[in-house]
Amino acid sequence: MTTASPAEAPPAAGAPREPENYFNRDFSLKSWLTTHDHKRIALLYMVAILVFFFIGGVAATIIRLELVTPAGDLVSDDTYDKLFTAHGVIMVWMFLIPSIPSVLGNFLMPMMIGARDLAFPRLNLASWYVFVAGGIFTLLALVLGGVDTGWTFYTPFSTMFSNTNVILVLLGVFIVGFSSIMTGLNFIVTVHTMRAPGLTWFRLPLFVWANYATSIILVLATPVLAMTLVLVGLERLLQVGIFDPALGGDPLLFQHLFWFYSHPAVYIMVLPSMGVVSEIIPCFARKRVFGYRFMTYAILGIAVVGFLVWGHHMFVSGQSVYAGLVFSLLSFLVAIPSAIKVFNWTATLYKGSITFSAPMLYALGFVGLFTIGGLTGLFLASLALDVHLTDTYFVVAHFHYIMVGGAVMAYMGGIHFWWPKITGRMYPEIWGRVAAVLIFVGFNLTFFPQFLLGYEGMPRRYHTYPPQFQTLNILSSAGASILALGYLLPLCYLGWSLFRGERAGPNPWHATGLEWQTPSPPPKDNFEETPVVTEGPYGYTPEIAIGIVR
Amino acid sequence: MSAGVRIDAQAEMQVAEQFDSAVQQHQAATFGVWIFLATELMFFGPLFLGYVYGRMHFSEAFGAASRHTDIALGTLNTALLLTSSATMAAATVARKVSARVAVWLLLATALLGIGFLVVKGMEYHKEWDEALFPGARFSFEAAYADGAQMFFFLYFALTGLHALHLFIGVTLTLFFTFNLRRGRTLFANEEKHEILALYWHFVDLVWIFLYPMLYLIQRGGG
Amino acid sequence: MSGHTHGLLVQASSAAARFDALMLTLTLITGAMALVLAALIFFFSIRYRKGSKADRSNPPSGAKGLEAAWTLAPLVIFIAIFAWAAVDYMRLYDPPAGAMPVFVVAKQWMWKVEYPNGRREIDELHVPLGKPVKLVMTSQDVIHSFFVPAFRVKQDVVPGRYTSLWFKATRAGTYHLFCAEYCGTGHSAMRGRVIVMPADAFAHWLQQGNTGSGIAAQGFALFRKYGCSGCHSAGSTVHAPDLTGLLGRTVHLQDGRTLVADEGYIRDSIMLPRKDVVAGYAPIMPSYQGQISEEDVLALIEYIRQTGADHDDRQPR
Repeated sequence: MTTASPAEAPPAAGAPREPENYFNRDFSLKSWLTTHDHKRIALLYMVAILVFFFIGGVAATIIRLELVTPAGDLVSDDTYDKLFTAHGVIMVWMFLIPSIPSVLGNFLMPMMIGARDLAFPRLNLASWYVFVAGGIFTLLALVLGGVDTGWTFYTPFSTMFSNTNVILVLLGVFIVGFSSIMTGLNFIVTVHTMRAPGLTWFRLPLFVWANYATSIILVLATPVLAMTLVLVGLERLLQVGIFDPALGGDPLLFQHLFWFYSHPAVYIMVLPSMGVVSEIIPCFARKRVFGYRFMTYAILGIAVVGFLVWGHHMFVSGQSVYAGLVFSLLSFLVAIPSAIKVFNWTATLYKGSITFSAPMLYALGFVGLFTIGGLTGLFLASLALDVHLTDTYFVVAHFHYIMVGGAVMAYMGGIHFWWPKITGRMYPEIWGRVAAVLIFVGFNLTFFPQFLLGYEGMPRRYHTYPPQFQTLNILSSAGASILALGYLLPLCYLGWSLFRGERAGPNPWHATGLEWQTPSPPPKDNFEETPVVTEGPYGYTPEIAIGIVR
Repeated sequence: MSAGVRIDAQAEMQVAEQFDSAVQQHQAATFGVWIFLATELMFFGPLFLGYVYGRMHFSEAFGAASRHTDIALGTLNTALLLTSSATMAAATVARKVSARVAVWLLLATALLGIGFLVVKGMEYHKEWDEALFPGARFSFEAAYADGAQMFFFLYFALTGLHALHLFIGVTLTLFFTFNLRRGRTLFANEEKHEILALYWHFVDLVWIFLYPMLYLIQRGGG
Repeated sequence: MSGHTHGLLVQASSAAARFDALMLTLTLITGAMALVLAALIFFFSIRYRKGSKADRSNPPSGAKGLEAAWTLAPLVIFIAIFAWAAVDYMRLYDPPAGAMPVFVVAKQWMWKVEYPNGRREIDELHVPLGKPVKLVMTSQDVIHSFFVPAFRVKQDVVPGRYTSLWFKATRAGTYHLFCAEYCGTGHSAMRGRVIVMPADAFAHWLQQGNTGSGIAAQGFALFRKYGCSGCHSAGSTVHAPDLTGLLGRTVHLQDGRTLVADEGYIRDSIMLPRKDVVAGYAPIMPSYQGQISEEDVLALIEYIRQTGADHDDRQPR
């Protein structure tokens, strides 16, 4: 990657006001709420999802507190059911799915390809409003009494038996889905049509590839969810038999439709995080990513094959065993590209020159935890093993390893890595590392015991449980308290850094990538003039980094 | 109707600031619409799947139910919509020659679309009176009631969703016509016209699938 | 409850040992993979940390041979695991002929169990040691799931259809039964016990309690009570299919399809008679939806089963 400007020195203390950038050009509320600037929209998303993460986290806290004892002594059965439903709905749709694409993707994608903005800036702003509207409907459903169907809305419980605010939450998720579709559409068109001169597809950073593949899933899978939720709502309203067997419907039809979206949805959540990790590791190992081509094929492979495995959520549902065989085999196949990526990240470290900054700690933590999550996925893909393990805490542990140990760690890593670019400030590095380690330790303590709980037979969504499961539950809840502390810390020091953090220059990490060739924070149009690209990404050289050439 | 409509050449070329050139903008806009249409296909998808499922498992009932749709009105609607696609396509060509003719053609398109919606409304009214709307009011010959209710659920869902899209299309077309007539081609330029036409044709295409599915099965041999 | 020994789950069924073998194998394989990766990351992190004097000449950015190898090797291992798990899974769905059927009707929030001789219990399932048992299950309301961790078996119990699960208990004792599919307020309380007894003790137990006349006999009474015999018996003037020996028979349907009649087909024919109409018959049978309980449907099916030769080797629906 090459452009003209050398790294600028940060302004000295007591220097005249900082130059105009996207953030300080106008502080009025109106300018924020009517902005077309992808960078401001990214921040709007960041604030929104932070609120939702907090609410979802409170639900999780109460859940883990309740599960310290076998009896249901903290909340009632119904309240507990509403809590895990709220936790799932909020964390999946209001936090994880938008997190990296709508915050980091929005901020960085145009910059990484040398563009001034996304293809459709007004559509981008609209997507944020739609997201907030959907979120409000969902919160309304929770505040006005809650929903107790689980985030998976299985029928006929959700259509005929639950007497909670199902339709309201369906509406909320339906609306949020459109926000996803709009973002995905915007990204796809942007990457196809607005790359800088010389930026061919195989010179794109892997973060761009990852968000591009995610966007394909977003636009193709989300509409199916939307229609499925409409059908659930209509059945509830009109009492027509689509999913309810008492009226001639088929409950398994719902499961097929639901999982057709919801399995690709997990790749929506994890692919962008892989993109983030692929930016961080080369930077802090000072080395090109190993096997760039395979990495891009792996990303695309995961996106495509991810559409073909949904039935692995239904091995004991009454689905045909032959369908089970096909879905199981495909599920093993989709693990291969993920494995390739883990090997490549590891190989990137070889002969590198590694520093353990906070982003790097998050990235390495991702590699470890995603590996465990992915390997435990093999247990669930194995038909005979899944019979015992499905619907137990083994599954809960598996997906939290990927979603929290993976996606959230990557999000945190990305926030720290690009924090200087976004805010023009450095966060305090020591605290960054402390938080990363706390989160890693707290996370493992919370969720590893749950693999054992699942094997032992503790089913999921259980408010009360037999006393033999208590010890592992206590360990898990203890871990959760450490994890909570780990998440609260960045809130404090990142907030602090906005006012007192050391000012950052354009490229404090000496990273490659077009986004680092502009000032921190960037001006409204990102680049003075459109950069011209002549090389592939990750032009790191460890020899030069350590000051000797060998 | 004014004697002539002037097209602002400058506005026709207006390039939004995120784009480097009109060509890039045009590419982006067109590609964007195609992706949007793909999402629409995935949105209708589960309903088509439901239809296939019902046709397989309740084939007799589906046949009986489909004989209760109004084939005359359905065929009329098909004619209206196909014609409207023709006038829409003609309008995109005509605007290069005469903006006035384009305006007339667009107006015709919108009116044909409105005609479709009126006819659909009449059909729905009729079907409501015949107790064919799914839910508590539904009533059909007992032998086929289950499958017929599923058929009519899909009928109302598919045609209702289609009508909603058509309504949006009609609104956009009228808005477009109004702006073109006033010469405010910023909102009615060639690029946007192409996008509107793509959308309109998609709505037509969906109907071309719905018509045989919902009106024509088992009307032959009985 | 004798479900746990030294903190590990006991193996109480013939499937459990194979399960644990596969589980252990996969744990060792994945554990090894994870350890190797962790060791490499750890080792590289230390050896190649900034400022160390390791040799960094010619850092590779790709190695086609190595990449192919670490793509193919996992692929081979994964296919092997898939195959082993698939074979075991197929066995779980292939009950031995002669397995004793027990009928389970789940409802919010209890398990209703009934034996062929009519003995019933709630939230408890007694089974003989060493003899295969096949559960035929349905739900009265929402989806539940019958889960016995000690047996390593689980099967969703779905309203509107029958699902089936078989096992052979290999260890006497009492084991947890859990509902494993979220079903509302009482989901975590929807538990029970599976009690494995030596075969003769079981036989003795089965004879006790209020057994009535046996399920098939009950079914015969219901067959007359609900008017089925009015159309489906030999002397009837109504043209209705003969149900003798129906279970296991191939049926030709009106739309050209054929199927093998199983419990689910009979249930559908009672509740949704227009769904799969037999070729050559008019769809005039009324629906009994809402009029017959799930237990009564099971009794009718048992009666039909007894009317003919029993070919019980179909796949469950």
